[in-house]
Amino acid sequence: MNFTLKIWRQDGPKDKGRFEKYKVSDISADASFLEMLDILNEQLVDKFQTPVEFDHDCREGICGTCSLYINGRPHGPDEAVTACQLHMRHFKDGETITVEPWRATAFPVIKDLMVDRSAFDKIIQAGGYVSVNTGSAPDANSIPVTKKDADLAFEGAACIGCGACVAACKNASASLFVAAKISQMALLPQGKVEAKERAEAMIAKMDELGFGNCSNTYACEAECPKEISVSHIARMNREFLNAKKDSEK
Amino acid sequence: MKKKGFYWASITEKTVLAIAGLFLILFLLVHLGINLFLLPIAENHQEIFKEAAHFMGTNPVVKVFEVILMAAFIIHIVMGIVVQVQNWKARGKRYAVYGKSYSSFGSRFMIHTGIAIFLFLILHFINFYFIRLGITEPIAGADVTAPAEEHFNELAIYLFSNEVLYSVLYIVAFGFLAVHLNHAFQSAFQTLGLNHPKYTPTIKKIGTIYAIVVSVGFTIIPLYYLITG
Ligand code: HEM
Ligand code: FES
Repeated sequence: MNFTLKIWRQDGPKDKGRFEKYKVSDISADASFLEMLDILNEQLVDKFQTPVEFDHDCREGICGTCSLYINGRPHGPDEAVTACQLHMRHFKDGETITVEPWRATAFPVIKDLMVDRSAFDKIIQAGGYVSVNTGSAPDANSIPVTKKDADLAFEGAACIGCGACVAACKNASASLFVAAKISQMALLPQGKVEAKERAEAMIAKMDELGFGNCSNTYACEAECPKEISVSHIARMNREFLNAKKDSEK
Repeated sequence: MKKKGFYWASITEKTVLAIAGLFLILFLLVHLGINLFLLPIAENHQEIFKEAAHFMGTNPVVKVFEVILMAAFIIHIVMGIVVQVQNWKARGKRYAVYGKSYSSFGSRFMIHTGIAIFLFLILHFINFYFIRLGITEPIAGADVTAPAEEHFNELAIYLFSNEVLYSVLYIVAFGFLAVHLNHAFQSAFQTLGLNHPKYTPTIKKIGTIYAIVVSVGFTIIPLYYLITG
């Protein structure tokens, strides 16, 4: 297959940036989007040009490192996959594909398609943990948890922190990410103890870092490669309002 | 957690916005209920309307609600704008190919439909509410016996029968209102944390039905007098 690529190039955080067009040909329909970019980069290196910078690591949809905004959608046109799991057969032969970095004030561009997502780490550092050692798997298994809560917590824990929710949201809101992380712990006995402080601290950090508010447009849910439900956002709001109710000591 | 200066969490802002919005939603039903008596749905519809309007204008309990209602409007509008400005700032540089992700139509245009409703409210207040406050006069040509605030029914019927522009502006505004409300209703529930796999789909349906009933209900009145004028 042949494609024209319109790719965002930006030399560094301070550079203004611009789109550049490239042509790639004879791409296998079974190539992943990242493999296609690898081929492009080899072409560029052969011509002594700077390759396109983009984030990637596991290439099997579990690490959340790849982060490409393809034709107006985070992770491109396929449903419930990351860009590394997106295959070129989802595009039309000869198509022009526009590739942009995640756009959010809290995710500044480092270079080309690579953005700085350490804002997510800062939110986790603000409270996305359990403060004491809760032991290992056998200890956890000795505490009864209902199947329903276990499943819901697992859904939250499935978040790979890729930031597609922020990229998709018209407000660049991190609500789905923060909600998944809050849910994942608030639903389990080990995490429940600190649920209120955690909710307040993580939400305060999310606001401070400049993410937007949730308008309940649900674009995040539509784009999440792990299909995490916005019902977690409602749970986050409940946790937060509960915390507010109690913190007036 | 350290609190620096004046800080309202994003969720606090949204909660205030949602509660004020839900109050407005409730008010619209009462308003519509009374306004429908502008239509010849009963033989003495004009008297019923007058009585209801008189009650709303004089009853002390309603007076308290009137203050709450005005506060709700102001709080909702101010919060709506605050939240929206934060949201625009959070995006920063815009995408070249913008927003192909699925999201409901109304949710993308809340600030725009909101501003349209706000502009309509100014016109609407000039037409009616401000007369009661003694700030504005009934529109030129309307032959309404003084005190005009006791004759809003005649004033409304005059307005919609004779002023095509006003009828059209009112009807267009109700269109914007419908789009705003369709998203707003279920959004307010979600903001307050009221999401449930069994009830949320029903809440969404009720929201759509509510939006249609309110906008169509209000639209019928100017439309009827525009046609029969
Ligand atoms: C009778 C009129 C109105 C009613 C019944 C109403 C109701 C609501 C409700 C219930 C919400 C949902 C709150 C939530 O998302 O949790 C909402 C959202 C919103 N309203 Fe209104 N509203 C009205 C007028 C206005 C006006 C005049 C503005 C003026 C700017 C406005 C601006 C907004 C905005 C910007 C949002 C969305 C906030 C967001 O994106 O999260 N609304 N409205
Ligand atoms: S590279 Fe790990 S999820 Fe795509």
